[in-house]
Amino acid sequence: MKMFVCIKYVPDTSEAEVKVNPDGVSVDSSRFSFDINDADNYAVEESVLIKEANEGDITVLSIGPKQSDVMIRMAMAKGCDRAVRIEDERIAGYDPLMVAKVLGGAVKGQEFDLVLTGCMASDDWHMTTGVALAEELGVNHVSMVKKVEILDGKKVKAYRELEGGLMEVVEVELPVVLTIQTGINEPRYAPIRGIREAQKKELKVANLDDLGIDAAEVNADASLVVLEQLYIPQVESSAEFIEGEPDVKAEKLASILVKGGLV
Amino acid sequence: MSELIKGGAFLLGPVDENTVFTPEDFDDVHLMIKKTSYDFMVNKVEPRIDEIEEKAEGVTLDLIRQAGELGLIGSDIPEEYGGEEADKITTMIITENASICGGSYATSFGAHTGIGTLPIVYFGNEEQKKKYLPGLASGEKIAAYALTEPEAGSDALNCKTKAVLSDDKNYYILNGAKQYITNAAWAEVIVTYAKIDGERFTAFIVDADSEGVSIDPEEKKMGIKGSSTCSVIFDNAKVPVENMLWEEGKGHQVAFNILNIGRFKLGAGCVGGSKKVIEFSSAYALQRIQFKQPIAQFNIIKNKVANMTILTYLMESLVYRVAGMIEDKLSAVKASGAAASDIVQAIQEYAIECSISKVWCSEAMDYIADEGVQIFGGYGYGQEYPAERSYRDSRINRIFEGTNEVNRMIIPGTLLGKAMKQEIPFMEAVMNLGAALKPLKDAEAPAESPAREEFYLQNLKTLFTLVAGNAAQKFGADIKNEQEILCRLADIAMDIFAAESGLLRVKKMMANGESEASKMALKMTQCYIYEMIPRLEAWGKEIIAATLEGEAASKAYSGIRLCCNFEPADIYGPKREIADAVYAGKKYFLDR
Ligand SMILES: Cc1cc2nc3c(=O)[nH]c(=O)nc-3n(C[C@H](O)[C@H](O)[C@H](O)COP(=O)(O)OP(=O)(O)OC[C@H]3O[C@@H](n4cnc5c(N)ncnc54)[C@H](O)[C@@H]3O)c2cc1C
Repeated sequence: MKMFVCIKYVPDTSEAEVKVNPDGVSVDSSRFSFDINDADNYAVEESVLIKEANEGDITVLSIGPKQSDVMIRMAMAKGCDRAVRIEDERIAGYDPLMVAKVLGGAVKGQEFDLVLTGCMASDDWHMTTGVALAEELGVNHVSMVKKVEILDGKKVKAYRELEGGLMEVVEVELPVVLTIQTGINEPRYAPIRGIREAQKKELKVANLDDLGIDAAEVNADASLVVLEQLYIPQVESSAEFIEGEPDVKAEKLASILVKGGLV
Repeated sequence: MSELIKGGAFLLGPVDENTVFTPEDFDDVHLMIKKTSYDFMVNKVEPRIDEIEEKAEGVTLDLIRQAGELGLIGSDIPEEYGGEEADKITTMIITENASICGGSYATSFGAHTGIGTLPIVYFGNEEQKKKYLPGLASGEKIAAYALTEPEAGSDALNCKTKAVLSDDKNYYILNGAKQYITNAAWAEVIVTYAKIDGERFTAFIVDADSEGVSIDPEEKKMGIKGSSTCSVIFDNAKVPVENMLWEEGKGHQVAFNILNIGRFKLGAGCVGGSKKVIEFSSAYALQRIQFKQPIAQFNIIKNKVANMTILTYLMESLVYRVAGMIEDKLSAVKASGAAASDIVQAIQEYAIECSISKVWCSEAMDYIADEGVQIFGGYGYGQEYPAERSYRDSRINRIFEGTNEVNRMIIPGTLLGKAMKQEIPFMEAVMNLGAALKPLKDAEAPAESPAREEFYLQNLKTLFTLVAGNAAQKFGADIKNEQEILCRLADIAMDIFAAESGLLRVKKMMANGESEASKMALKMTQCYIYEMIPRLEAWGKEIIAATLEGEAASKAYSGIRLCCNFEPADIYGPKREIADAVYAGKKYFLDR
């Protein structure tokens, strides 16, 4: 099983305050700690589980800065075999289609059975990159995957979790792109030994030229998305205090909920 | 790293920052291990703290084994015996993180990986290593270290446990009682000490299931309630002769050197514990509203958060500096094909720094835990929030691994010993005092920082030489009875070492370009040094008043004044900024 797993270096916005830069289209990231996108962490684990069960070979792909090397090595410490980090300022990184083109360019020309990505990135929430990548590569895809079974090395059975806990099961032929949901497995921790071995594994750094990708096709001019503004919405609070005896209060509350279409 | 620095030499002159290891020097492997060990604690240990505290059957052991699978308990064990054979920096990183989920797990972990396992790593013979280390590396077997006895606490060599060779010469028969032994109820391997024929103090490895070994019920403790602490009773316990550890009559080498390592690791534990207190206290302060605003915004709360952060910064700088010194020494020794005795010497070289790490960090952590409770107010006194537990857990650090009093005495005691043996040029420094003081009369402190703070620190080192030199000359060998002086000298030496560790780290950071982090680090160092100078001045005078009289005393006082002359600067403003930086991320902000 020849696999690629795509991972993204994202800021942890849960604790630190988010501040928009004066340019209005970027966020001050100096106070954030960065790490692997949550869903991608599950994708890495799934690829390693598949490798352990079926034998295989995993290449990590990531577009990101030098600082993300530690994240990439962590994936290798868990069992991925090698990595390519793509770093090129010309890439219009906020446009998932451009990102998919770059990742596709890195995969093209090589044999593969599976490409795994997270189902979404916690920073921009496009939920598009994996699917667009399948299109770019001209192969099948299954999105929002919650369980994977490899059938006889030619097909996969993928379980998609839908609203209300409904499971959809699809069988697709390889090669295929799977976008992985969180919770599909329990990501492991990298053991010290793995961490050390990871330092010896190949981490290739490539720019667009190295990958033979025409910058004009993936830069801001090529992108159909224009990021106009980022802002933090004003916090508004309007509270209505309901007065009266309990039964009166209940009636008023019920009518507000009904009027508001909330029940 | 460049030439090796002698233990204690920091007191006698400037230190080049490039010889010092700092957390900014972590390489990728360190950072990755840091992440693994941190994530393991937060996701696996933290959810089980309540069970740990109740000593729920098997929980701590299960967690130690899981940590073992990741290589987190075998970092000091050679690879050939199933360990990771990592550097000391790695061990410190793991130890720091092992302390972020309360003192109970930290203590069980620390006693197993440190004082329990290391005697075999450093002093065991080939067969002993082969037999015991793989199980200890994986956590399959838990280790304990049984030195203390009812009548031999600080006075460990007053050991009453006796070992006598059996008639068939196959066993040592041990009789005696060890008390307050961490991990006792869980341990399969107990490193202990007994006097052969009541005379020759010797270390032994005892299998806990041996005939004649029994474990008393658990002690009821103030804190670290989830750790096991019991007495171990040897009643004609049969210990195979091949389980004698190291050499007959050389048990003190094992005992004291292992404690040295335990001491500097204890400092790392305090770093982790303190970072956690900063985290939960700042988060609480930001959401607790009084007088219509978060209490975090009251300046006196900011002041507390800043003090906690400054101490944590210095602890962290200090601990990794010592780890770097020991690592350099050990790798130099290993490179030359080390015998165990070389390793003993390598560790012994930094006995002063190890004791400083133990005492200074345990007291800083205690202060931080105490202020943590204060920030929580009444909620801090209740068990619903973690402040209460960390306050109770923190207290033991000042008692075990040698009480802080015993360790304080080790600091000047070792220094004067080294001076006598000409290992460090302390006597020369005393002789040159006149020359050192003279230029201070009309010296101006540099206007720029951190050169300014460096100048002040240098003068404080002269202060140390002045008071220590006078005391040593006055009391000679009897200085050992002047415990108040010895402890004050230790206080001065510790503050200098801590502040200097912070300062050298800033210098290193600034050499890589000024950053938000380096600016904050400088502010923290400055605040500490400005508060420390008047304190050291008072301590110095206190010592002189007990040492000299009349003109000699007056002369010494004016020397002290010269050393402690400084231009006061505002520390309230910088401290508010330090607190704001903590609030921005609700955590200690220099962590990567
Ligand atoms: C929870 C816990 C876990 C422990 N775990 C272990 C363990 O795993 N293994 C182990 O071997 N031991 C362990 N100990 C024992 C611990 O190391 C001792 O309690 C400690 O060394 C102090 O000895 P002591 O209690 O006999 O106090 P003492 O030695 O009686 O000291 C009492 C007081 O007198 C002071 N004092 C003693 N001598 C001097 C002196 N010469 N000059 C000035 N002041 C002095 C001390 O500083 C202290 O303040 C543990 C203790 C506790 C509470």
